[in-house]
Amino acid sequence: MIELKSVNKVYDDGFQALKNINLTFDEGKINVLIGPSGCGKTTTMKLLNRLVDHTDGTILVEGKDIQEMNPIQLRRQMGYVIQSIGLFPHMTIYDNVATVPKLLRWNKSKIDETVHRLLNLVNLEPETFKKRYPSELSGGQQQRIGVIRALAAEPDIILMDEPFSALDPISREQLQDELTHLQAEINKTIVFVTHDMDEAIKIADQIILMKDGEVVQKGSPHELLTEPKNDFVKEFIGTERLQKAETLPLVREMMNQDFVSTYVSESIDEALNKLINHNLTQLPVINNKQYAGFVTIKDLLKGSEETVSNVINTDQKTLKPSDEASQAMRLLKEQELNEVTVLTDQNEIAGVVNYKDISEALQNYYEKQQGVV
Amino acid sequence: MEFITELLSYMAENKENLLQYTFDHILMVIYGIGMAIAVGVPLGILAARYEKIAPFILSTVNVIQIIPSLAMLAILMIYFGLGFTTAVIGLFFYSLLPIVRNTYVGVKEVSPNLLEAGKGLGMTGLQVLRKVQLPLSIPFFMAGLRVASVIAVGVACIAPYIGADGLGREIVSGISLRSEIKIYAGAIPAALLAIFADTILGFMERRTKKRIV
Repeated sequence: MIELKSVNKVYDDGFQALKNINLTFDEGKINVLIGPSGCGKTTTMKLLNRLVDHTDGTILVEGKDIQEMNPIQLRRQMGYVIQSIGLFPHMTIYDNVATVPKLLRWNKSKIDETVHRLLNLVNLEPETFKKRYPSELSGGQQQRIGVIRALAAEPDIILMDEPFSALDPISREQLQDELTHLQAEINKTIVFVTHDMDEAIKIADQIILMKDGEVVQKGSPHELLTEPKNDFVKEFIGTERLQKAETLPLVREMMNQDFVSTYVSESIDEALNKLINHNLTQLPVINNKQYAGFVTIKDLLKGSEETVSNVINTDQKTLKPSDEASQAMRLLKEQELNEVTVLTDQNEIAGVVNYKDISEALQNYYEKQQGVV
Repeated sequence: MEFITELLSYMAENKENLLQYTFDHILMVIYGIGMAIAVGVPLGILAARYEKIAPFILSTVNVIQIIPSLAMLAILMIYFGLGFTTAVIGLFFYSLLPIVRNTYVGVKEVSPNLLEAGKGLGMTGLQVLRKVQLPLSIPFFMAGLRVASVIAVGVACIAPYIGADGLGREIVSGISLRSEIKIYAGAIPAALLAIFADTILGFMERRTKKRIV
């Protein structure tokens, strides 16, 4: 994990490139820094491997202050992919990929093994490619080498400075796809700088949108698209993308938090009373604040049991607040129930959703849409 | 036609001498350039790494180049006396400019992206120099070496004036004896040497350039 705490960067000429940046880059995630030119996104990235030093604040990598680390050692622990690919033209592909392992003085067999594995990882046949020179490769192939060169010394963190912007659109798309697939396999903390919103939306786990040396908004692509913080964010994302991204309301927005529930120890009669008073057919059951299952009116009427705990059903599928409306509808239909329970991560009941809630939410959504258009 | 047969028979008769002169000529050039490389490459690198001293180094070697060759050799003779060593020192000074300047340009020309890549991957300043800048500056250096060799072969022709040997001996004595044949017998091999150096080094220059551009 990388943490930036109140980081400022003021250049010698007095220009303040970064203003009080507070950020965390999560482990194993693709963090995309984006913004218009001069917003400080590249500077922010270069602070991390100390190609640029910050003027005050603290940057912690795995809890260690990078200001106290040797910049050379620090850089060897971080992969670095630059915009213009930057393969060394006088070295073979093998030597290019082996750059950092050689700096670290790995033994020959370990380097051989690593280079082979990495070339296979990006689907370049090692025997064919390792003896070639960068000029004999296409742009897309070159940047694949650029990416695996950064991976060679098995860094936990990889910095990528607009790595695909110099490629033609087709190679760019391919490499973006490959990067997301690769990431599923290697699970690195990636800090990725770009000015291309489509690219950011496609690959990011977290997007950090910057302007004039400040962070304007950070969040998942979904959050940026559905909840843009201000006009600048909206403008930067573009109305077209925002409209495309308008999703159906989430369960969180439509669920009924003011629901009626019962307890495992409650008597059948009381539970039945609740159902009748509220004109319901089923009730979620709580046991010690945790969701325990549900009871239907049929279960309650059927038996001669005394408490709810004896007739409890536990086979109902539940929803998460972040699920989409379609999931809620599917569960209602599949289970032939009138209500689905929504659980938090802590297995507590967040609310319930029934057909009425869904139809209301949809109605609101379409009315709003028409208003927008 | 008659002249050519005469020239050839002269050259055949004096084969031993002419070969010795050619050998001396080449040796003088190799020593001179060898010294120029030993001194010029580090100077070029220094100039490229420390921008502040670059103008000083470059203008100094430029000034040396401006001094007429005969004057330079005469001045050197005052301090080093007559003979082979003085001629080598003269050639050293003359070869310095192309080698220093081309090394400087070669190191400076390396794309900033590659420097950033090297630095970003964790190379120290010296490693960037050794693994990136120097290998990439070789084509420039080779071009400088080629220019230096052609100049040195030419300048070496006047070395006999300060008591050194070489093909210049034949030319100089041809001048004093008003013998066309002797002049040609010295000048043609000297010209061939220059062409030969130019071709061979040109070929090597292209080979080094192949992958890099």
